[in-house]
Amino acid sequence: MRLKYVLNEVLVGLWRNVTMTVAMIITMAVSLTMLGASVLLYMQVDQMKNFYYGEIEVSIFLRADVTDAQRSAIDSAINANPLVAQKTYETREQALERFQQLWKDSPEFVKSVGPNSLPESFRVKLKDPETYKTFTDQMTGMQGIQDIIDQRALLDKVFNIFNAIQVGALVVAGVMALAALLLVGNTIQVAAYSKRREVAVMKLVGASNWFIQAPFVLEAVVAGIIGAVLGFIFLFVSKIVLLDTKLQALTNILTPIDNGNVWLMLPLLAGVGALVSAATAWITLRFYLKV
Amino acid sequence: MIQLENVTKTYPKASRPSLDDVSVGIEKGEFVFFIGPSGSGKSTIIKLLLHEVAPTQGKVMVNAKDVTSIRSWKIPHFRRSIGCVFQDFRLLPNRTAYENVAFALEVIGKTKAVSRRVVPEVLELVGLGGKEHRYPHELSGGEQQRVAVARAFVNRPLILLADEPTGNLDPDTSIEIMRLLDRINRTGTTVVMVTHDSNIVNQMRRRVIEIESGRIVRDQARGVYG
Repeated sequence: MRLKYVLNEVLVGLWRNVTMTVAMIITMAVSLTMLGASVLLYMQVDQMKNFYYGEIEVSIFLRADVTDAQRSAIDSAINANPLVAQKTYETREQALERFQQLWKDSPEFVKSVGPNSLPESFRVKLKDPETYKTFTDQMTGMQGIQDIIDQRALLDKVFNIFNAIQVGALVVAGVMALAALLLVGNTIQVAAYSKRREVAVMKLVGASNWFIQAPFVLEAVVAGIIGAVLGFIFLFVSKIVLLDTKLQALTNILTPIDNGNVWLMLPLLAGVGALVSAATAWITLRFYLKV
Repeated sequence: MIQLENVTKTYPKASRPSLDDVSVGIEKGEFVFFIGPSGSGKSTIIKLLLHEVAPTQGKVMVNAKDVTSIRSWKIPHFRRSIGCVFQDFRLLPNRTAYENVAFALEVIGKTKAVSRRVVPEVLELVGLGGKEHRYPHELSGGEQQRVAVARAFVNRPLILLADEPTGNLDPDTSIEIMRLLDRINRTGTTVVMVTHDSNIVNQMRRRVIEIESGRIVRDQARGVYG
């Protein structure tokens, strides 16, 4: 009976103040979506770092007018360098072939690139990617080198963008969470006021504190969980719409986001939503319901 | 049953104590009036007994338990042994007489089956047989106070505290409520009533404790208002 009573109180409470409930759920959903997106992004960047850093190469592009002597000088300099783990040489033809393969979905673009527009290069894998700077300094003086590019530097630029997005999402999540908390506090306050007579009688006849507080706290928890589920659905739909269809080209660069990771967001968001709402409700009750 | 030992209660920011070194004992089954002018400290006694406030000094014993030493989370349980009636009835307006009494039972964990058995019985006892399904606004003041008494008594408390229970009622109705409290007292329940209704005190001829400015100035068995 008591469980039924408590659940009934929760539903009545949510419905009595339905506009506030909806506002509470929406802000909670947006906040949790942002939190989920930011966590996913974090996991994604981590995964990409693992994936790409292992593959990282330093590319030494050669000038178009490089002589055979210069080329072999560079070649032997690389071979002699103790930092180098592995080296491949890529001719212009191979570069073109790889390029065509990479952009096979855009034949116009491929056509615009002639067989001589791509430089030949040495692809060097270092034993420790961190020693890139030393390696570059050692190679820079040599004749016939057009450019030395460390993929790591490129990747870091990409990761910096991701990090910025992630921080942005976290900030939005935080601001929305603050709004959500204030709404939860207000809703609980209104609920406690509208039930002040019942609460007074319950205290008088000796109803236990948890019994008096449970409906209020659960009200907030239910709203928090509904918000979390909505946020999760939004996250999942965005992932499918944005990454799996609209921006599919990007997924060649991005490592794919595992659906399992997205599913993982459901318990995370629900847990955070429920816990934060419950804590807020409980603290609010300390002030407005002197039990 | 109730024992106040050198109890002093000073509210924060108050210039003088509401109760000043008060000692009094009340036996099981007694009917006691606390009388005195407004602000004399009568109601503070009720609040002390319910542990709504704690004494500044001294000891409050209820039912052989030191009230001040009860852990805060056990206070609800402690209150179940005390029934309470107030001047303003404190009924829930959106519930019938039956539901008001049943509510008090069910929020302390009694089943609906228990209320179905007990509530009609206690409503009959307070003289509301046949009016179980009326809402408070459909009842007279006296009838509303009977519902409140039924609610206070339904749990068979050891002590019934009544804070000016006749304050909002006309003299005839007041007498009826007093008869009801007297009947409850005869079942063995200790009744402590705070009032300044001289008529009633004079008619009942029970123990009277008069308080003035926080001190007991008179304690008389079978007393009058004076």
